Amino acid sequence: MSLHLSYRADPGNPWFSWQYVRDNSDTILAALREHTWLTARAVVIAALVALPLAVLAYWFRSLSAPILAVTGVLYTVPSLALFAFLAPYLGIGAITVLTVVALYALLVIVRNALAGLTQVPPEVREAAEGMGYGRWGRLLRIELPLALPGILTGVRLATVSTVALVTVGVVVGRGGLGQLIFAGFQNNFYKAQIMTGTVLCVLLALVLDLVLAGVGRLLTPWLRGRSAR
Amino acid sequence: MNPVEQAVVWLNDPLNWTNPGGVLDRLGEHLSMSALAVLLGCLVAWPIGLWLGHSGRGGGLVLLVSNVTLAIPTLALLTILPLTFLGFGRPAVVVALAVFAVPPLLANAYTGVRQADPEARDAARGMGLSGGQVLRRVELPLAVPYLAAGFRTAAVQVVATAALASFVNGGGLGQIIRAGFGLDIAAGGGQIIAGGVLVAGLALLVEGLLAVVERVVTPRPLRRVRRRANRRATAATTGG
Repeated sequence: MSLHLSYRADPGNPWFSWQYVRDNSDTILAALREHTWLTARAVVIAALVALPLAVLAYWFRSLSAPILAVTGVLYTVPSLALFAFLAPYLGIGAITVLTVVALYALLVIVRNALAGLTQVPPEVREAAEGMGYGRWGRLLRIELPLALPGILTGVRLATVSTVALVTVGVVVGRGGLGQLIFAGFQNNFYKAQIMTGTVLCVLLALVLDLVLAGVGRLLTPWLRGRSAR
Repeated sequence: MNPVEQAVVWLNDPLNWTNPGGVLDRLGEHLSMSALAVLLGCLVAWPIGLWLGHSGRGGGLVLLVSNVTLAIPTLALLTILPLTFLGFGRPAVVVALAVFAVPPLLANAYTGVRQADPEARDAARGMGLSGGQVLRRVELPLAVPYLAAGFRTAAVQVVATAALASFVNGGGLGQIIRAGFGLDIAAGGGQIIAGGVLVAGLALLVEGLLAVVERVVTPRPLRRVRRRANRRATAATTGG
């Protein structure tokens, strides 16, 4: 089949080629693994930092405006500029990529988590207070579970955009699948390589999004019942 | 000398600004390709968004477009488009950037028309205005604040993304950063940071300028609505 295709009309540069995928499966898998691993670490780190920040902003209202302002300004800073600021200090390598993408993910999660927390109805909060819940009990038993949909939305958005953003890491030589895309461009514009990298990137984003959506459904069974009714 | 001092030195060298391929050249490239991309995005997204909002269909489509473009890496579009019929050079870069301008423009145009007061729409219909007239004279003016907000988001996004055009030698301020990385960190660290300052500064400047524009183009009566909406939003985020 591939033989048949290879001697047909366009000899050199098809948009997709099984031949390429077979011959380079090691490189492709390594790139995919690096991409997934970078994304996973970045999102986990971002979530671990973002949640306490969101809770702080929720508890101390005077903190929420500065936190939102700083995250807003940081979000406006282009990714390449962030790489430029951090690379001279963190060096050329995975740690720089990880820091940049985790920062962007952080911003997305903080905003959505805070939005989720502030959507907890005041009656619910007062009822919990009346039942004798303290600040921590209320947070862990009432407010965080109710804010879960917002938090999960943030994590999903952050994951999808992180997958796309990791490719910018080619600037420090650690772009995961971006490395594949960029090498394809430099290898005499080898379309099959560029396309394989791109398709895998989009698929990875899609798969991770679906997985997180599934996790979200498992974590919020009460929402499922409501939407079914 | 640490990298920040190097960056200050680099920025204070007038030749780095005026040389061919210096800051001024790159700034011109950056702004012209961003402007073209935003223009192209507006030409495509606004008519579609306004029409979808007017007819009340296609909400799912708007959502789909923004979700899909979120997942597509900029680098992929920048490398793929030159290999299509667009060919190498400016057009491919502009189209790639325009793709990322579309979602905010489209979504805001759609919401802007959708949120128009249904009573105003009914009144206009009752006065005998046709569908197109309702869109042009009632819904469009009411949607202006949303269009402006979408324009601002899209423009900032494009200016930020345009820095990546340097990956395919598309010009723009990103080129300065790339050249710095090409020099190796020890020698180019100052230039890398200087480039970062320029790129980030431009993005923040555009954001600030367009925030003012957004305020100015919002008609006064709507401005009050907008301020109230903003205040409500702030109140919501501060839990007040």
